Amino acid sequence: MSTATFNNQEFSEQENSLNYLNAQKGVFSWLFTLDHKRIALLYLYSIISFFLVGASLGILMRLELLNPGRDLIGPQTYNEVFTLHGVIMIFLFIIPSIPAVFGNFMLPLMLGTDDVAFPKLNLLSWYLYILGAFFALGTLVFGNGPADTGWTFYAPYSVKTGTNVSMAVMAAFILGFSSILTGLNFIVTIHRLRTPGMSFNKMPLFAWGLYATSWIQVLATPVIGITLLMIFAERVLGVGLFDPSMGGDPILYQHLFWIYSHPAVYIMALPAMGIVSEIIPTFSQRTIFGYKAIAYSSMAIAIIGYFVWGHHMFTSGMSGPAAIIFSILTFLVAIPTAIKVFNWVATLYKGSINIQPPLLFALAFIFNFMIGGLTGLMNGALAADIHVHDTYFVVGHFHYVMFGGTGFAFFGAMHYWFPKIYGKNFNRKIANISFWIFFIGFQVLYFPMLVVGIMGMPRRYYDYLPEFHIPNVISTVGSWILASGLLLMIGNLVYAYFRGSKAVSNPWHGITLEWQTSSPPPVHNFNKMPELNKKGPYHFSNAMDA
Amino acid sequence: MQWMLNNKFKMKNHFSLPNSGHNFDAKGSKLGMWLFLFTELLLFGGLFLTYLVYRNLYHEAFLQSSFHLNKWAGFTNTIVLLTSSMTVAMSIVALKKGAKNKAIWLLALTIIAAGIFMVIKYFEWSVKFEHGLFPGMDHYMSMEPGEKIYFFLYFFMTGLHGLHVIIGAVFIAVVIKKIANSKVNKDRVSLHENAGLYWHLVDLVWIYLFPLFYLIR
Repeated sequence: MSTATFNNQEFSEQENSLNYLNAQKGVFSWLFTLDHKRIALLYLYSIISFFLVGASLGILMRLELLNPGRDLIGPQTYNEVFTLHGVIMIFLFIIPSIPAVFGNFMLPLMLGTDDVAFPKLNLLSWYLYILGAFFALGTLVFGNGPADTGWTFYAPYSVKTGTNVSMAVMAAFILGFSSILTGLNFIVTIHRLRTPGMSFNKMPLFAWGLYATSWIQVLATPVIGITLLMIFAERVLGVGLFDPSMGGDPILYQHLFWIYSHPAVYIMALPAMGIVSEIIPTFSQRTIFGYKAIAYSSMAIAIIGYFVWGHHMFTSGMSGPAAIIFSILTFLVAIPTAIKVFNWVATLYKGSINIQPPLLFALAFIFNFMIGGLTGLMNGALAADIHVHDTYFVVGHFHYVMFGGTGFAFFGAMHYWFPKIYGKNFNRKIANISFWIFFIGFQVLYFPMLVVGIMGMPRRYYDYLPEFHIPNVISTVGSWILASGLLLMIGNLVYAYFRGSKAVSNPWHGITLEWQTSSPPPVHNFNKMPELNKKGPYHFSNAMDA
Repeated sequence: MQWMLNNKFKMKNHFSLPNSGHNFDAKGSKLGMWLFLFTELLLFGGLFLTYLVYRNLYHEAFLQSSFHLNKWAGFTNTIVLLTSSMTVAMSIVALKKGAKNKAIWLLALTIIAAGIFMVIKYFEWSVKFEHGLFPGMDHYMSMEPGEKIYFFLYFFMTGLHGLHVIIGAVFIAVVIKKIANSKVNKDRVSLHENAGLYWHLVDLVWIYLFPLFYLIR
């Protein structure tokens, strides 16, 4: 009996100093971990690495476009570079970014549980991710160079080109599987592992965002999986399923591709909206305005977003009525999106606003997403789309929503949860400075693209006419500003990881459940039962009294 | 392997939540399986959509090509698969009643049925290979575009389905082993039920493939 007591005491002393980061040591304790927090960090480090590769490719393209004519890289290399940039940024960065990193880390904490529903499946999806990344980057080494088709792999060119499309589509196929398993895991986690008393309508909005995302991941991703498998089979067997010269229909390929790939942009956007819905109430210390409206609009975006894929194909041959229907549905998506924006702004109104780096990122998200969303409506309007289709306007629009939206939310989440994840404080002043450099660089880089697109500069060429010179110079200079902001920001966080002062468990006075445990959290997340806020996840009245 | 020992030590001693992700959760695992089946349906859904479009485009060629297939082989395989679905369902009921050996035997019958299905499929495919109907072969290359697409889809869809038959059989074999050493038992039947669900999906996909390729005019 006495030994048992002794063991218990020893255990409780250990418990205070041990957390998920230092409880186990060694490479294998990471590679075979089933802890959702460690898997999230595995994802974080791999995703950031691939992001930096993709960003370097982007900067390389901007350098080539500094002057008209061939400077650095020729047409073939340029085509390969923008394809690889797209494949890396879409499949290796944006799609997994927020769900796989912050979803994995925070979802169980926010729900008040100790892990996702299927921890082994969670680790498997990371390994699939790495395998897919190996295939994607392997195209650089194996075969006749990386794919030069664009990330959309449009047939019939993707079937005929000599570059290594086969390996690239297999990469996307494997990464799709990884994404499906993450989504499946999150849906079951949300259904089965909420803390007692937490109904769906008391879930944090980030969990709602992930829930909507996960459904899209589960229901849309298989379609692109099979489509890319068909491309693969076509290339291997030499048949023409999508090749018109052999009786195939290339438009069918485009339909199948966008049936996944349009919902996929909501896989990228919805978790980001969830992040913003977490950051804004915390930094205005105020109950979120329109909780249910924000929660259900996530589901509405997921559902309507399923039926708008045709708007990518207005110029590729589509009947008038079909085009009109797709256009109307596209406009409908703007409604739930606007509902969210109005609710976020209304939450800020009369709040005790505390301007800190995460809030700056969240506000930048709203600003960028407004520009990205409204330019999206111009693409969705039938007449305007004919004019701007396949120009830099589309590139600008896409980067405003994806990078300006999801990318900014990702880095906002990085700053918001950094003290929780590592238990260290970062230098807020440098974080603010780096944010402003990053934000200004972003605008200088992408706004000229919208302008030059309206002027008529087509996308996906290494060269352009002299009249587009000035906006391209501005844009390239922007890429340098953006890159320096990014490096300063990452440097600041890396410095904080090694040298930062010890963070308290709740530095931002947040009231969702992840703030109730210590920073960094213990291995099993909670050492006592988390206390659920009975009035809903964002009811700050208790915090105000204190 | 110090970290493994640490891990075991902690498993026993830490505070544990009632809603822990490490608890056994039969409902959760079944929900996960259903979600996975949705993804499988959509995977085949993409192929069915492709089939639909090309059947409309090349109606006559699809009809002519379908005469190359052996209806009776397809019919036999349909019966074999339907029977195997029945044995899986009976096996689950048997295990729930505690009849462990009966459950194992019924699952073994299912695997045998999977084997019969694959053997018949093998002979069907062999005949097509002899006739040069596989994509890339001489006769295939001389066919009409519609016929080419028909046979490409035939091999692609039945091939993918065959792969699922094999995966399902392996899944069932795993369940047999777990029933044998009592890791799956009458109080913990969810893995067995999941294998059954998966097998029914394999069956269901075939129920659609059979008329689409062999029967309809």
